[in-house]
Amino acid sequence: MLRYLAGRLVQALVVLLLLSAVAYLLLGLMPGDPIDLMVGADPRITSEDIARLKALQGLDRPLWERYLHWLGAALRGDLGYSRLYTQPVLDIVAERMPRTLVLIGLALAVALAVALPAAMVAARNPGGLLDRGVNLLCFAGISVPPFWLALILIILFAVVLGWLPAGGTVSADGGGLLDRAAHLVLPVATLAAASVAAYTRHLRAALIEALGEDYVRTARSKGLSERVVTMRHALRNALLPVVTLLGLDLGSLVSGALVTETMFAQPGMGKTIYDAVMGNDYNLALVGLLVAAAATLLGNLAADLAYARLDPRIVYRAEPGA
Amino acid sequence: MIGGAIGGATRRLGPGATLAAAILVVLALAAAAAPLAERVLGLDAEAVDLFGRLAPPSAEHLLGTDELGRDLLLRLLYGGRVSLTVGVVAAVAASAIGTAVGLAAGYLGGRADALLMRFADGVIALPLLPLLIVLAAVDLTKLGLSPEAAASEAVLLGRLVVLVALVGWPTTARLVRAAALSLRRREFVEAARTLGYSPLRIAVRHVLPNAAAPILVATTLAVGNVVLFESVLSFLGLGIRPPTPSWGNMLTGAQELIWESPRLAIWPGVLIFATVVSVNLLGDALRDALDPRSRRRGTGGE
Repeated sequence: MLRYLAGRLVQALVVLLLLSAVAYLLLGLMPGDPIDLMVGADPRITSEDIARLKALQGLDRPLWERYLHWLGAALRGDLGYSRLYTQPVLDIVAERMPRTLVLIGLALAVALAVALPAAMVAARNPGGLLDRGVNLLCFAGISVPPFWLALILIILFAVVLGWLPAGGTVSADGGGLLDRAAHLVLPVATLAAASVAAYTRHLRAALIEALGEDYVRTARSKGLSERVVTMRHALRNALLPVVTLLGLDLGSLVSGALVTETMFAQPGMGKTIYDAVMGNDYNLALVGLLVAAAATLLGNLAADLAYARLDPRIVYRAEPGA
Repeated sequence: MIGGAIGGATRRLGPGATLAAAILVVLALAAAAAPLAERVLGLDAEAVDLFGRLAPPSAEHLLGTDELGRDLLLRLLYGGRVSLTVGVVAAVAASAIGTAVGLAAGYLGGRADALLMRFADGVIALPLLPLLIVLAAVDLTKLGLSPEAAASEAVLLGRLVVLVALVGWPTTARLVRAAALSLRRREFVEAARTLGYSPLRIAVRHVLPNAAAPILVATTLAVGNVVLFESVLSFLGLGIRPPTPSWGNMLTGAQELIWESPRLAIWPGVLIFATVVSVNLLGDALRDALDPRSRRRGTGGE
């Protein structure tokens, strides 16, 4: 188990290292470069000066050397400066990451809270009217463009009904906890929609399969009520694959957070990455991307470990084969 | 005879998927007929009319006009050409990459399989939208393209197709790998091997044709994903750029105008939604029709 964990951690680190190299390469492919910006400030600059400036900044060195230098600084906690916010990138990430984690955490909780009962209702009578209804809603959920869902929710709840704010994190005149919560309703609903659909579909399939197993027949023949059979016997086994799905879904939740935060003006990591790209602040954008990827990989790993804890049959070995 | 073929397909796929296929055909035909519609309505899709901004639906403009006074219906039709073309082309590209990877992994097996599938899993697990956004910001002139070429419509479309294909292949790769894994133990593949054919020839001539069903299903489902990715990238201003309309970028300005003209936010989204729902329904029904096991397990649509 420990060896497996170590192996997976090493794997995640390798992925991150590769991604950081790609990110650094990309940094060089973004529009404009630091010298261009300085040159723009001094119209009388000569080409020798430019060469001297480049040498001073280390820009005349080969790419791999610059990457190692950057990596060394990054490992020491120096992720550079954000041009857009004139703040160290690390400070920005530390301030905005928690917001995104709250958003994703709430969306996950809502998604599970809706998907569990929906899947149980659908699996009770496969092919029945309720099952078809749930199935149709699931198709809608995985097919709706999240940004459009956000627009429709804003039109419905902010413009037409006026019940909820259309964006931001708190009202202009300041507000209590309730006000902040109201600002989170639409973003969380938008982000949760696709996950609800995905979890429901998987859980429904797993439940139907579990309800056909021998141990369920045994439980039924013991005379246990259908409720107990479903809740205590089938559901517990059906939940297992969903744990893996939760881990795999994190990446799309982070992607979804980017759209949701941008649409609803929530200053989290997703909006920060987007604003950074649009504002030519590539250092911030790439570090943001790396942080998002790292969080996703860790979440993935956590899901796999939870899976092993929940299912005693699973034994992870250090070298999992094909 | 055509009626008979459609009847047969309806029986195999079910009424829902048949309706979905019909919707897709209608959308594709409507988008293809955009220039014709322009002629019939006697309007110019690109004509700006600053005195007729945000006009409600009328006899002249059936769906009204947008923030620059352009006819919304015509823009939707032209946008559909772009969105649907990008969707199909990028899905086919993603599927081709996925098929090659899946075939190699499934047929070669062992270490190559483990490595390729680990890579596919890694791509699936990454937060793809932030990655795509960063990749979409790459300055193509730094890759050696002239500024004119980098700004041309063909290059921008091509860039979008490449980006979406780069993240869209793993699903196909997994499905094709699973098919190849089971096929490599079959007698006819063993026979080909004893005849001394090269692995490449066996993979392409013997395994690939028999994996056609999962490839078809994966490509269909990929179209839905790709249309979603295209729309969100274009919406965020990093995909198809105006004045070329796409269903995604037509929604870009809609959020600011949501109080004045919510109509603008509805139509392009309805069309994206209809396309993706239809593609997903069709893909699911195809999977059930082509793989009898999934129907019996009850994991599919019905």
